Amino acid sequence: MLSYAFRRVLSAIPIALIAVTVCFFILRLAPGGPFDGERALPPTVLANLRAHYNLDQPLVVQYFIYVWRLLHGDLGPSMVIDGFNVSQLIAIGFPFTLTMALCAFVIATAIGMLAGMVAAVYQNKWPDYVLVLAVMIGVLIPNFLMAALLQLWFGVYLKWVPAGGWVNGSLMHLILPVTVLAWPHAGRISRLMRGSMIEVLGTNYVRTARSKGLGERLVLSRHAIKPALLPVVSYLGPGLSYLLTGSLAVEQIFGLPGIGKYFVTAALNRDYGVVLGTTILYMFIILALNLIVDLVYAWLDPKVRYR
Amino acid sequence: MAGITGKDQVLTAYANKLATLDAPKGRSLTQDAVRRLVRNKMAVLSIFVLVAIVLVAFIGPYFVTWGYSQVDWGQIRKPPNFDTGHYFGTDQNGRDMLARVLQGTQMSLIVAAVATFVSVSIGVVYGAVAGYFGGRVDAIMMRIVDIMYALPYILFVIILVVMFGRNPVLLFVGIGAIEWLTMARIVRGQTLSIKEKEFVEAARAGGAKPFTIIMRHIVPNLTGPVVIYATLTIPEIIIAESFLSYLGLGVQEPQTSLGTLISAGAPVAEVMPWLLLAPAVVLVTLLFCLTYIGDGLRDALDPKDR
Repeated sequence: MLSYAFRRVLSAIPIALIAVTVCFFILRLAPGGPFDGERALPPTVLANLRAHYNLDQPLVVQYFIYVWRLLHGDLGPSMVIDGFNVSQLIAIGFPFTLTMALCAFVIATAIGMLAGMVAAVYQNKWPDYVLVLAVMIGVLIPNFLMAALLQLWFGVYLKWVPAGGWVNGSLMHLILPVTVLAWPHAGRISRLMRGSMIEVLGTNYVRTARSKGLGERLVLSRHAIKPALLPVVSYLGPGLSYLLTGSLAVEQIFGLPGIGKYFVTAALNRDYGVVLGTTILYMFIILALNLIVDLVYAWLDPKVRYR
Repeated sequence: MAGITGKDQVLTAYANKLATLDAPKGRSLTQDAVRRLVRNKMAVLSIFVLVAIVLVAFIGPYFVTWGYSQVDWGQIRKPPNFDTGHYFGTDQNGRDMLARVLQGTQMSLIVAAVATFVSVSIGVVYGAVAGYFGGRVDAIMMRIVDIMYALPYILFVIILVVMFGRNPVLLFVGIGAIEWLTMARIVRGQTLSIKEKEFVEAARAGGAKPFTIIMRHIVPNLTGPVVIYATLTIPEIIIAESFLSYLGLGVQEPQTSLGTLISAGAPVAEVMPWLLLAPAVVLVTLLFCLTYIGDGLRDALDPKDR
């Protein structure tokens, strides 16, 4: 187990390095730069700025400077927002994004599992149909449209919750964004849960448990739930990374102070440092989640370890 | 001696009868699949609605009196009104919403078609090559896919679109170039099992080159999973396009797409709900239809997997 974990961690390192390289060169090979503003800068100022951020050096040299700094945990300065470096911007924005994504993750996973279980137990009866429809709506309607519709209905017409914006520490302002973020995730979880639960309920050991006279509740809690959870568990990792990326969009829509705001503006302004820093942060999170999922898998299923 | 027991006569008569009768019709796998698909009511309904949307989006503009970028100065921000001929109302610039929705649907459909084509082409060839050659080639190619998976995909699209300008063609290609990863994985898995089949061995024994074997013998056998997955990719691509347009990175004015229309309609939906509702209804209908068709195709082509 330990050697598998070790091998798996080692193999993640070149992936991370290559991904950093790809991002770096794609960003740099494109035309335009951070200082092509509305107002043209005097050539000397421009030259000084470029020298300050090492932009006057050959691309390969810049790349090595960047990687060297990255290995020291330094994501470099922001080239557009004065006086901030990328790590500071991430430290400002990311905790919010993470909180929101985790909120949505916990709520959606709980609701999704419960709903999937209910749908499986009442298969082809009305709770099942209602649930399948709710899942379809959540998975199919893109988050920005869902956000607009919920804002219009609950924020503007019913005035139950604020339609957008952010007041520090206000839970009411989080309700709509978290709903928008959580709904598709809950939908996917409950779809998985329903499928695997139906399969488990058809197995022989469940039939045995029923035939020896156990009540339905005991059959579910003692025998059916645990094995039915396996596919759901394997989706949790990708699901969380999906939520983290998705929250970029949701922040943008609801005007929340997460990392998403910086990212899109930075991409538009060619703020290389911020774009690269954010992308790398996300990449590492996704890699780490995949790693954890793989390790959990190996722990659950010994066959994987000896491949 | 023939005919003592009469058995031969019976058999001869039967043989003659068989010769005059039509041979029993066999059913091909495709026919089976079509039959199963037709029995799926939601899928059939969805196909009809989808065809209707496509026809209306591409033919409709010729019957609408207003152009999508034409301004009606007397009718700015007006709700739907049949007397003035603006059946879906007008936007803040006095442009007819019906014409704009039609144009937007057209654009979204074109993006979906082109991007799906790009992603399917890349994914199938990539996956088939990786699966066929196996070994080190496979390991390297699939590692690349892993790396691309690790890049947060929507960030990657945003970077691509921002860096290479807001050209619609690049938008199509950019989205397509990102969406091929899952396709490549599916195709590789299928290829791994197909390449062990006898007909591939026969082709190899006959001296066919690897490229010929991949293109002529392996790719045609991938049709089922590829068609299913491609249908399920289209809604994802439409969502990606509309999301990019929503962020203002997609299709540019005066051209429009469903995402652009929704993003323009959302902030003013309180006072002018028709600007949001018309494109939203079309988008949602489109997505539902495509998903039902994809599910129907999956059930029809791959009955085991239900």
